[in-house]
Amino acid sequence: MPVTLEKIPGHDDRVILSMGPQHPSTHGVLRMVLELEGETVVRAIYDIGYLHTGFEKTFESKTYSQGIPLTDRMDYLSPLSNNLGFCMAAEKLLGLEIPPRAQWIRVLLTELTRIQSHLVWLGTHAIDLGAMSVFLYCFREREEILHIFEAISGQRMMTSYFRIGGLALEPPLGWLKGVKSIAKRFPARFDEYETLLTRNPIWLRRTQGVGYIAPQDAIAYGLSGPSLRGSGIDWDIRKKQPYSGYEKFDFKVSTRSECDVYGRYLARIEEMRQSLRIVVQAMEGLPEGPVKADAPHIVMPERESMKTSIEALIYHFKIVTEGFHPPIGEVYQAIESPRGELGFYMVSDGSPKPFRCHVRAPSFANLQALPKMIEGRLIADVVACIGTIDIVLGEVDR
Amino acid sequence: MAADLQNNPALLKLREYEPEAVEDAIIFRDEVTFYIRAPFFLRVCEFLRDEPTLKFSFLADVTALDLYPQEPRFEVVYHLLSIETAQRLRLKVRVSGENPHCLTAVPVWPAANAFEREVFDLFGINFDGHPYMRRIVLPDEWEGYPLRKDYPTEGYR
Repeated sequence: MPVTLEKIPGHDDRVILSMGPQHPSTHGVLRMVLELEGETVVRAIYDIGYLHTGFEKTFESKTYSQGIPLTDRMDYLSPLSNNLGFCMAAEKLLGLEIPPRAQWIRVLLTELTRIQSHLVWLGTHAIDLGAMSVFLYCFREREEILHIFEAISGQRMMTSYFRIGGLALEPPLGWLKGVKSIAKRFPARFDEYETLLTRNPIWLRRTQGVGYIAPQDAIAYGLSGPSLRGSGIDWDIRKKQPYSGYEKFDFKVSTRSECDVYGRYLARIEEMRQSLRIVVQAMEGLPEGPVKADAPHIVMPERESMKTSIEALIYHFKIVTEGFHPPIGEVYQAIESPRGELGFYMVSDGSPKPFRCHVRAPSFANLQALPKMIEGRLIADVVACIGTIDIVLGEVDR
Repeated sequence: MAADLQNNPALLKLREYEPEAVEDAIIFRDEVTFYIRAPFFLRVCEFLRDEPTLKFSFLADVTALDLYPQEPRFEVVYHLLSIETAQRLRLKVRVSGENPHCLTAVPVWPAANAFEREVFDLFGINFDGHPYMRRIVLPDEWEGYPLRKDYPTEGYR
């Protein structure tokens, strides 16, 4: 029996409407069940699970390193953030130190991921609300960032570039040229989007006062990321619980007090600018050195050294056939993904496979606030509210 | 390490408020875990949320562990976050494998709603007092609870 709403006796004029899962503005396969009175939403519930893949069960039958490609496929718009969360959870479990160069490249790439993820959000959010051209501009810029991902990892989207203990390999020569070009041209592009939307009367009418969520409700419903900061809560894990060297970077947390769709829009636009600042700092101060930790029993040896060193060959054989054994224990590592708090809860029983690896998906939690945002509003606002919480269904269902 | 735990402000406050509530406390990689005795669970949650020096107002995550064939078989895991003090805390409740059930945290943190449904869906742990206890990611007619350790991962159904 799919999820449904029962009609309330005495309200025969109300209509129960199923919206999705095949609906262009539900951003994947989200299904909403709405009870309508005229065009006003009286009650709303959501129905998910259409993309459930059982990642958490699959993690338990893979070694730690084999889990990394799975994480790409959860939040497929920000694969590198997921890689980072997973690797950092495993590194915390192992107590592994990461060399500075690897940390800085990680920061640089996850901030680029944040920009490209927000570009997809902005493009699709705008097209949902009728602003067609923004979508085309956003995807044009996003492609430039994906080219960089392709250059370093060989893949535009399913990168799997971060490894437990550092990076998969040193980025190719000249990769910073593309980053430099982005850093130079993107601020003007962000201005361009803003000229199209920020003071556009149609945009203002569609977003201001829509999807209101009070600060205390935002916390109670577990909202995180820009959706929480759009409600005036100054919480960013990068600032408050810094990881991967974020404390060394100078950036501002973009907090807005509007609490509505417009506030969250401004918060994300500002966040893109701040991310670009971090990218520039990471690029300019990029330290030299290795990109992998000095932990031969965990990190794969260089191909070349395997031809000359018997130890490297043995370690390679051990890592590939067996994996490594983290100490018994459990960790929870949270990072600030483009969507909010992405947490990996990893439990080790000392074997080479995680006993349990649970993903705290920001989209899954953020979705809970959706019925609260849309009840009492028009059906057209439903589309604005789905866009504003920026969910990725791959991550909601896992 | 152990000294750190004894001076943990949440543990001190909690022992003062309800000496019996904390069954066990662990620290690993600077992460603090409290095992809470089930009957005290809701009171402990309310206390941790409202106590002005702690303010664990944000429920980050709810999940569970299946320790099969141990008994009590399940551990329900709550990850709390205090936005004011930037501290995290993990609460655990042990749940028996026979007719597994425990109290819901929805009255304290509405965010628990979907997370507890997910635990119910994948582990088969019932949350007493939950407003909408039904499967969330799997179809209602699904048989078994996939994240249990005795759930088969291969073969025909």
